[in-house]
Amino acid sequence: MRQRLTTLLNAVAVFGAMLFVWQLVLWIFRVPSYMLPSPWAVARAVAARFPSLAGAFAITAEEAVGGLIASIVVGVAIALIFAQSRWIRRMLYPYTILLQTVPIVAVAPLILMWVGAGTGSVTLIAFIISLAPIIANTTQGLVSVEENLVHLFLMHNASARQVLVSLRLPHAVPSLFVGIRIASGIAVIGAITGELYAGSSRVGEGGLGYSILYASSQLQTDYLFALVLAATVLGFSFFFLVSFLEWYFLHHWHESARTPEVE
Amino acid sequence: MTSVSSVPQVAIANVAKQYGNGAPVLRGLNLAIPKGEFVSIIGPSGCGKSTVLKLISGLTPPSSGTIRVDGTTPRNARETVSYIFQDPTLLPWRTVRDNIGLALELDGMSRDRRAAKTNPLLDLVGLRSVADAYPRELSGGMKMRVSIARALATNPRLLLMDEPFAALDEMSRDHLNEELLRLRAEQNWTAVFVTHSVSEAVFLSTQIVVLEPNPGRVHAILPVDLPQERSAALRTAPEFEALVAKVSHTLRGARSQ
Repeated sequence: MRQRLTTLLNAVAVFGAMLFVWQLVLWIFRVPSYMLPSPWAVARAVAARFPSLAGAFAITAEEAVGGLIASIVVGVAIALIFAQSRWIRRMLYPYTILLQTVPIVAVAPLILMWVGAGTGSVTLIAFIISLAPIIANTTQGLVSVEENLVHLFLMHNASARQVLVSLRLPHAVPSLFVGIRIASGIAVIGAITGELYAGSSRVGEGGLGYSILYASSQLQTDYLFALVLAATVLGFSFFFLVSFLEWYFLHHWHESARTPEVE
Repeated sequence: MTSVSSVPQVAIANVAKQYGNGAPVLRGLNLAIPKGEFVSIIGPSGCGKSTVLKLISGLTPPSSGTIRVDGTTPRNARETVSYIFQDPTLLPWRTVRDNIGLALELDGMSRDRRAAKTNPLLDLVGLRSVADAYPRELSGGMKMRVSIARALATNPRLLLMDEPFAALDEMSRDHLNEELLRLRAEQNWTAVFVTHSVSEAVFLSTQIVVLEPNPGRVHAILPVDLPQERSAALRTAPEFEALVAKVSHTLRGARSQ
């Protein structure tokens, strides 16, 4: 308890110091507020425009969650196919790398053209960009089962379905969570990037990316900062949520999910 | 327990084994293991000790020759065979109890009936108090006991063990050796036990098969004329030490082949 309090106080102190340095820069260099607003101005912008900020936050969160869930469902399904044979992996694996290396910024206009502007195409972009780590990690988890464990199952006349359900799938869960953790961060970035292109079907209403673009064109730098702050909060909450789920499902048995007592 | 029955538990006739285009691992291997025997297989590294177990279990087919287990093919005999690996090979996401019940569950046995089978096993290997713990909470010796209990859950007639205690410290190993003999006295399975340790082989076995390498084949079969009832005190008895010396000598002979 005492240790947690210290950690919390440390975090607050660092945050305070950062705000102080920020304010100091403003005072020393006399930066105009449309270039860099003061922390106080950002706080005021958050308070004054909270409903539209929260609205943008909710839209982006929905798109990112939708894209992430879709990529988990599709990614696990693809990984199950990949786990069937080395031959299939060798044939199709390069395409998942392609998926990872294609710059989404280049594909976004195409998707916009095919699907049309709005949350649908943004969700699709978040899905595409977060799919590769799910496939890669889940496949790894499914195929990296120790040979003797497979032999054990065979010795007890286990069916192929039993080997999959009782051995490969549970064995792949920690790897799946590694994939989800990576993908969750990317999904948020994907959603915001997608919104820069395909933000909104209605003017003035859109997620964080769309609002960032809008605020920057209007030179509302304090609101722009508030939006960046919201985007960071969104990324953080995704990360913490996934970490919590990982802990919740794995802490009974898996080493990675334990809180390190010795460091 | 050395009852000679018409059908040996394991009969290996003129077996050769080669993986792919590699050098032959085994050639001209002949071995009959009568029911009720505890046979240790010992030999220099590379003599194919573990391969013999893989062949008996049917996990890999022989390149030539025949193997009969309980009078049938290794695959058909699997229901009566359990395999204990060098690692405990426990499923980390299952509790001790559910690990022991794994084979029963794969066989489609209901939860209640599984519990009725696993509870006495937990007592038998002294793991009752950690029945609901996960493997990562156990010591190496305890994990190996779970592995043994899991193998015994299906009431096997033949137990194949591939250096099961090699990774343990000497105290745990000696202790588990004694427990293994106690379990065998109660349940009367036949055992094929691969090991590197001469004293372990002498302590456990009724017969020791010494293999020679390149390619692997039987070098010598040594009977172990020690009393059926064996306790820790046996390890310091002169007849035990004499046998260890004899087996070690034979093993050196096998190595120089």
